[in-house]
Amino acid sequence: MKARVTVTLKAGVLDPQGQAIQGSLKGLGFSGVGAVRQGKVFDLEIGDVDASQAEANVRAMCEKLLANTVIENYTIEITP
Amino acid sequence: MKAAVVVFPGLNRDRDMIAALTKIGGEAPAVVWHKDAEIPKVDLIVIPGGFSYGDYLRVGAIAARSPVMQTIRERAAQGVKVMGVCNGFQILSESGLVPGVLMRNASLRFVCREVKLSVENADTDFTRGYAQGQIIRCPVAHHDGNYFADAETLRAVEGNGQVAFRYAEGTNPNGSINDIAGVFNASRNVLGLMPHPENLIEAAHGGTDGRALFATLLAA
Repeated sequence: MKARVTVTLKAGVLDPQGQAIQGSLKGLGFSGVGAVRQGKVFDLEIGDVDASQAEANVRAMCEKLLANTVIENYTIEITP
Repeated sequence: MKAAVVVFPGLNRDRDMIAALTKIGGEAPAVVWHKDAEIPKVDLIVIPGGFSYGDYLRVGAIAARSPVMQTIRERAAQGVKVMGVCNGFQILSESGLVPGVLMRNASLRFVCREVKLSVENADTDFTRGYAQGQIIRCPVAHHDGNYFADAETLRAVEGNGQVAFRYAEGTNPNGSINDIAGVFNASRNVLGLMPHPENLIEAAHGGTDGRALFATLLAA
């Protein structure tokens, strides 16, 4: 079983890296691009557990380590 | 007053911190490796600066989950003084021992320069050697010193005298909210700060403005 965790900055948290990427995209001629927010993706192999247990385990991992919930949100996808 | 310095792999300011504590306190601090869950009985625990675990995941995040931090959390709860400088501040904030978080500098650049700090709360065991509102010089050297806290946390920090130092005279080097350079925990026995007072303690450094912090701490 696998889990994908996506960590994104909360709304209202300044993202200077996202802004720099937006500026670079504009420089390449992608003029229609609005705000860019940079995040992180973690792919985890989590062994054979049932889906609800897997979700609970990964949620605990997010709360304890993978995300800093002061500034970040996370979403979890579990796949077989 | 006995002090301990905690060392994680990737720190590089530990020798400066040990030198400052030794020169000003007159006694070398105990040096504790991060895998030691035990810390000798001390009155002050210091986490110096550097790049623990290569700043992987988030600055300070991996070090904050190491066994020694559980001991530090327990000592802090017992009233032992804890100070984290630079990466040490990042580790304390990731541990939840001080409020808020340190993000990438707003300029996206590593900054290594001198700033001015105003002493925002001189009524603590860390800052009593300064006058309230005193402006001091202090070097900074970091890539991730952009202090952030949500509105509710910020209100509490500001309202409870938990701001220790603010960047003064337009010298905020990193975009920190409210110009915050250092914060206390609610009971003010834990201090995290981005600037390096240990690097301005003798004439050869070009100034001694950092000295009062150590002199006060080590005399207390």
